Amino acid sequence: MKAFKRTMIGMAVAAALSLGTAQAQVSDGVIKIGVLTDMSSLYTDLAGAGSVVAAKMAVEDSGIEKRGYKVEIVSADHQNKPDIGSSIASKWYDAEKVDVIVDTPNSGVALAVNQITRDKGKAFLVSGAASSDLTGKACSPNTIHWTYDTWMLANGTGSSIVKTGGDTWFFLTADYAFGIALERDTEAVVLKNGGKVLGKVRHPLNTQDFSSFLLQAQASKAKIIGLANAGGDTTNSIKQAAEFGIVKGGQNLAGLLVFLTDIHALGLPTAQGLIITNTFYWDTNDQTRAFAKRFAAQDKGIHPTMIHAGVYSAVTHYLKAIEALKSDDGTKVIAKMKETPTDDPLFGKGSIRVDGRKIHPAYLVEVKKPSESKGPWDYYKVRATIPADQAFRPLADGGCPLVK
Amino acid sequence: MEIFGVPTQALFGQLLIGLINGAFYAMLSLGLAVIFGLLNVINFTHGAQYMMGAFCAWFLLEKWGVGYWWALLLAPLTIGLTGVIIERTMLSRLYKLDHLYGLLLTFGLALIFQGVFTNFYGSSGLPYRLPEEFAGAFNLGFMFLPKYRAWVIVASVLICVSTWFVIERTKLGSYLRAATENPALVQAFGINVPRMITLTYGFGVALAAFAGVMAAPIYQVNPQMGANLIIVVFAVVVIGGMGSIMGAILTGFGLGIVEGLTKVFYPEASNTVIFVVMVLVLLVKPAGLFGKEK
Repeated sequence: MKAFKRTMIGMAVAAALSLGTAQAQVSDGVIKIGVLTDMSSLYTDLAGAGSVVAAKMAVEDSGIEKRGYKVEIVSADHQNKPDIGSSIASKWYDAEKVDVIVDTPNSGVALAVNQITRDKGKAFLVSGAASSDLTGKACSPNTIHWTYDTWMLANGTGSSIVKTGGDTWFFLTADYAFGIALERDTEAVVLKNGGKVLGKVRHPLNTQDFSSFLLQAQASKAKIIGLANAGGDTTNSIKQAAEFGIVKGGQNLAGLLVFLTDIHALGLPTAQGLIITNTFYWDTNDQTRAFAKRFAAQDKGIHPTMIHAGVYSAVTHYLKAIEALKSDDGTKVIAKMKETPTDDPLFGKGSIRVDGRKIHPAYLVEVKKPSESKGPWDYYKVRATIPADQAFRPLADGGCPLVK
Repeated sequence: MEIFGVPTQALFGQLLIGLINGAFYAMLSLGLAVIFGLLNVINFTHGAQYMMGAFCAWFLLEKWGVGYWWALLLAPLTIGLTGVIIERTMLSRLYKLDHLYGLLLTFGLALIFQGVFTNFYGSSGLPYRLPEEFAGAFNLGFMFLPKYRAWVIVASVLICVSTWFVIERTKLGSYLRAATENPALVQAFGINVPRMITLTYGFGVALAAFAGVMAAPIYQVNPQMGANLIIVVFAVVVIGGMGSIMGAILTGFGLGIVEGLTKVFYPEASNTVIFVVMVLVLLVKPAGLFGKEK
């Protein structure tokens, strides 16, 4: 009995020591992850609290805490305002010792945080924001753009639509960094494939009524109305387009960025037939289904969007890099992450390019008809897979100064 | 024919769309004007009550299969009743204090309501089916007018005119107006003033809920739908003249049209144009277009 007790004490001391050494390697003994997201407005369901859930699941699944590291997750609402997002990021880095910021839907906020992170030598893992400028002219040695971007969306949805005859376009664009980047990238794809852009209109973020813009789109007689917006703006555009008989009148809608939660909100009778480019769908294999089940239980039944999956995957890889490096220095960790191939249950094997672009396949999916769906969240059928090496903008074309 | 590069045909369409959006502004600003005119309370909860009206319609349909027409009646009654409770338990205690207290209370309530609904129903919104009767559209030649939007204009004009009539042209309305001028005197005539004020608040809230039900089939039923609208509607009330019923109605429709035209000529400014108008009006007429200078 005495011997047993002694062994136990010995083990406890050893554990405490190993804990001490692991902690000493990361700054102030804690890996602090800040989820900066939209907690109150139109992007709340597609990122929001779900992104915090995804980050927590990644930490749990990595088992890093059992190996003596301490991880803490904090979160904040950037309210879709770059000034608020910037001040939260600065406060986190300076006063609250946050090591990495993740998610950040809204490209305007993400571009601001991208610069702050670079100035302070921390790490920024973007899953929510879309602008391809994050790996283009604004690329940074401290940022990885994980899940998707505007070039990928344009290339996936845009080119497939032009190739099937949708060669004249009218854009309905959210008037800020994201919408403008998505419009620009899609326009390039349309023109490259021999299509024409007949007009565009830019609406303020978070608009309720799209009828005026839809009427302009209708008057343009373009075959395709490209929705370069997201979240509530997209669902309201699609809903009102149905009301104004746009699709019945022979024009088609192209939702350039539509999330699973948007389809859920619209309902299949309205959303059926939409073509969407995506990098993650929960009903792909047993691992993604298991993830979705655990996730939904913690996020009001919402099934994970590609942004949620991206947060999980990014945090997973980040923690691996810290363990390999035994340091949480932002610049070094990002460099290590780029060196190491990625592998996780949601995106499978992948890699990260020097410009910070995470590379994986993309999927062109079609929204099911109500009769094809087995129930809530069973929404997509995959029409084509775009291989990883073709899904994203070629390294040389982005204009990223890190690419030599 | 073209005006500034926009075909006149398209312009007619845009004017009509503006009028439809104006119908929502008018219905909402009407409720605010009634509440402010008779209670002197700046009801910041109005947007949240509009949202709750839409949610109420959604619950009725999804949970109990109660359709649109009943919702038009039941949702305003239910939400109006919550308004009565708010007035009795909270607002009525603040009448003796500065306006600011009423504003702070209602603003706080709005944040709480929105927060609670967002927590349970998320931000993407819920779909509300268009009633069968309104499927389809009229082809007006210059545009395609969905039947439901035509109904929005009709319903809004009906509601606005009858409210104006009741308050400005009936005996009941004269009691109400008298009670705001001199409650002690009206009370002396044997009229129960506190009850009248409670019911007025309930009625104003019911108007917001009615607008919410009207909005449900066009917009997603969304916890934020009122927050987006309330600031604009306040500007409408200020431009029309605080407390002026007719001012709120006419300005509502008018600004809908101004906003609609902005969406054609300079869409980027469409969510600021109303505030530009507000600044201009306040510079020239500080009491608003239809307000009385005191």
